[in-house]
Amino acid sequence: MKDIAQLALDTAIQRGATYADARIVDERNRALTTKNGKVGGAYDSESLGIGVRVIANGAWGFAAVDDLSREAVQAAAAKAVEIAKASARVKSQELRIASEKPAAARWSSPCEIDPFTTSMAENIEMLLAIDRELKSVEGVTLAEANLNFRRYDQWFCSSEGADIHQLRYTTGAGYAAYSFEGTEIQKRSYPNSFGGQYQNRGYELIGELKLLENARRIGQEAVALHQAEQPPHGKMTVVLDSTQLGLQIHESVGHPIELDRVLGMEANFAGTSFLTVDKLRNLRYASPVVNVVADATPDHGPGLGTFAYDDEGVAAQRTPIITNGEFTGYISSRETAHSIGESRSNGTMRAEGWNRLPLIRMTNISLLPGEKPMSFADLISSTDNGIYMQTNRSWSIDDKRYNFQFGCEIAWEIKGGKLGRMIKNPSYSGITTEFWNAMDAVCSRDEWTLWGTPNCGKGQPQQVIGTGHGAAPARFRNIKVGSAG
Amino acid sequence: MITREQAQHIFERAAKSSQADEVEVLIGGASSALTRFANNTIHQNVADENHVVSIRVAFDKRTARASTNKIDDESLKRTVRSAEQMARVQHPDADLLPLSEPKPAPAGNLPQRAFDSTRALGPSERAEVVAKIVDVAKRNHLTTAGICSVSDSIEGIFNSRGLAAFHQQTIAEISITMLADDSSGWQKLNSPDVCNLDAVALAEAAAKKARDSAHPAEVEPGKYTVILEPSAVLDIVGFMFYDFGGLSVLDQRSFLNERVGKQLFGENITIHDDSNHPLQAGPPFDGEGVARQPVTLVKNGVINSLVFARGTAERMKKSPVAAHAGEIRATGHGFPLPNEMGEAPMNIVFENAPADRKTLEQMISSTERGIYVTRLWYIREVEPYEKVLTGMTRDGTFLIENGKITRGLRNFRFNESLIEMLSKVDAMSEPVRACGEESFEMVVPAMKVRDFNFTEVTKF
Repeated sequence: MKDIAQLALDTAIQRGATYADARIVDERNRALTTKNGKVGGAYDSESLGIGVRVIANGAWGFAAVDDLSREAVQAAAAKAVEIAKASARVKSQELRIASEKPAAARWSSPCEIDPFTTSMAENIEMLLAIDRELKSVEGVTLAEANLNFRRYDQWFCSSEGADIHQLRYTTGAGYAAYSFEGTEIQKRSYPNSFGGQYQNRGYELIGELKLLENARRIGQEAVALHQAEQPPHGKMTVVLDSTQLGLQIHESVGHPIELDRVLGMEANFAGTSFLTVDKLRNLRYASPVVNVVADATPDHGPGLGTFAYDDEGVAAQRTPIITNGEFTGYISSRETAHSIGESRSNGTMRAEGWNRLPLIRMTNISLLPGEKPMSFADLISSTDNGIYMQTNRSWSIDDKRYNFQFGCEIAWEIKGGKLGRMIKNPSYSGITTEFWNAMDAVCSRDEWTLWGTPNCGKGQPQQVIGTGHGAAPARFRNIKVGSAG
Repeated sequence: MITREQAQHIFERAAKSSQADEVEVLIGGASSALTRFANNTIHQNVADENHVVSIRVAFDKRTARASTNKIDDESLKRTVRSAEQMARVQHPDADLLPLSEPKPAPAGNLPQRAFDSTRALGPSERAEVVAKIVDVAKRNHLTTAGICSVSDSIEGIFNSRGLAAFHQQTIAEISITMLADDSSGWQKLNSPDVCNLDAVALAEAAAKKARDSAHPAEVEPGKYTVILEPSAVLDIVGFMFYDFGGLSVLDQRSFLNERVGKQLFGENITIHDDSNHPLQAGPPFDGEGVARQPVTLVKNGVINSLVFARGTAERMKKSPVAAHAGEIRATGHGFPLPNEMGEAPMNIVFENAPADRKTLEQMISSTERGIYVTRLWYIREVEPYEKVLTGMTRDGTFLIENGKITRGLRNFRFNESLIEMLSKVDAMSEPVRACGEESFEMVVPAMKVRDFNFTEVTKF
């Protein structure tokens, strides 16, 4: 593969590029789903190709092709240079990228059990067993379960001399129960919405998720929601579980800190950010108990944003984003680092596949757990009145990432330090910085989970990529509840 | 680009290497390019070529699919084996139908959807388009961001019963955001033929919105008469069409559960699905190769018909909810099998009588106080059965007072039932091909809607 990549680099430089990198990706995916007692989908896919990114005449060009023959690779590299030269016709300044010492490295994500070696028959049977548990609950009208595997093998080489080979496995699984009754459709998901839990590791994840053990409870909750109370309206204390908090972090911290958004590069599609560069180290983003990091290093855990090097060849890093409530960092690239006075990218450029350009993407954007021991039971018992919400159902935020509204699948009243009645259709809304400044407690490490969000969309053409979000249940004061209905 | 003959040959090679009773091959491919600009500069500029050969095998009431982007014999054999292995470990599914039989093409001619004019838009030509857009921005003291993209794609389906269908199409797209200090404007359009896109006119329209919405005022949220441009209509109504799939009703996850045949919207709402419509795009066959038939989904506000894949139609006929499903027949709207979603109408066309149409200017002049909305953003479903959606306005929100647009406004959050919204439409324009970011392209009108529910205001 290195020879093919080198051919692309040599061609690009010969054609006039001043910088070039090439990524060859060999990707394999498997998706198994069941629905109401049957296999819903059984799908394997593989994709192999090369993407060549160049700078010529001070502007970017990128071309990708699925054919790794000598002729096709040379043509793709030449096309990338031609495109860059066309880009240069509409530019306001010369492109410059932060220097980076070229790395030579090999790295693999942790994988005790290669998921592609596991028995498909047993995997289907596991999903069908979950399905039976869900459907054993009277009132469950639809049961869905899924199992997803990915093997992503990437070679990155650059004209600066980088030579990096990384292999990542991703495993994910989850299920949902729906119940239609009267004029309501209720839904419960486990262990998270949007397909469950995903991590960059092997099949060993599946055994830890306790999927079958929770299925009947999830089915029962879906049905019980019909009889539950409607949510209260007004401002009150809200406790969020770690799955919902993971998405809250994603939308109201992770996206606003993307430096390309901040600089207007996503203005036409994903939007911009309220976090203009003057706010760096000059904004109380959150209360002092809030500490958020962008951490792609393997030490943080096997999240969907864990790697050794990003897709520009920059080593994985841990960047403090919110430190004791103060805004302290963006996620950046070699092109954007200088705009905040940095001489080096903090390594967050990632592409969906071989045929897409790397963009600044969230790595693992995580809320750190509280340092003082606090269990979930402690958190609830120290809350006089409020509402505890679990598992995302809907999410929406404006294009500068100020105003958000989230709905959850289920909630419980908190009264006198105890969980009380079940509540359906809960929602809350707010303004990002006001919300994070209202957080006054977060559980400690034992309650912390590194969740995977597999479906983050960004860019044109749109790229869907996985991000990681560590969180423990946390409490927020004086939050607007019930604005959705 | 793979030709029809090459696609047929790929199918034959794949079928030859399979031991399954039946084989179906979907072949997709595209040559795509997208020039992206921001801050008046081209900052990303990409092109890619890829093909996917997706092979479905079926034997003994079991089926599975595997795909590859390589077309050499070894890759095809490996992919066939992969699909066969996945199919073999499954339990037989009594509802699985044999592959589609070849059928004559439906009546009516498909409009031309592949244009050399679009293919000819190379990187230099796209840069010229962007330069013109940037010129408009600079003349207006604005900065601009957006895309100019082209694609040339093929889609084919072949199966061991002799079915062979092939479609080639081009698409050109321009999307423009104009940004001022505290306001913005947006326009987007696409077409199979790039000649239908006027980049400068789109840029001027977006620039006007940015200028006119400068220094936005904050107005209290509440129920307002709104005028929604076609893109705003498209993005919000797009959230209901997956519910028109028969499987969605069979699974009881649709807002149309027990509502087919009932008056759900205002009498002025009539919606068709019609892949042959001159403003539509896409292939005239579905994921099983069945010809797409025109279907009237909503007639004068009454839910008239669902759409059905072949398998869904057969299952629905035997289902306890069949009495609530309207006319049941395969309509040619299925997704490739196996899948969990079934089918959906993807060629939406709103109909209204020419005599009843109002221009946007007429809608504005007849509004004493209201809100004009360019586009909606980040729309999500809050409540599935009453179809309550939330989302934001974006890139050009204006106050209407005494029949005139008077100033720009800070953006609102809405929480609105789609059912209620389509029951409160006071006026519609001529339907046009519109683009958004939340839904697929449709032929939709602008709408004037009373009592649209804004619940919050954001900070810009």
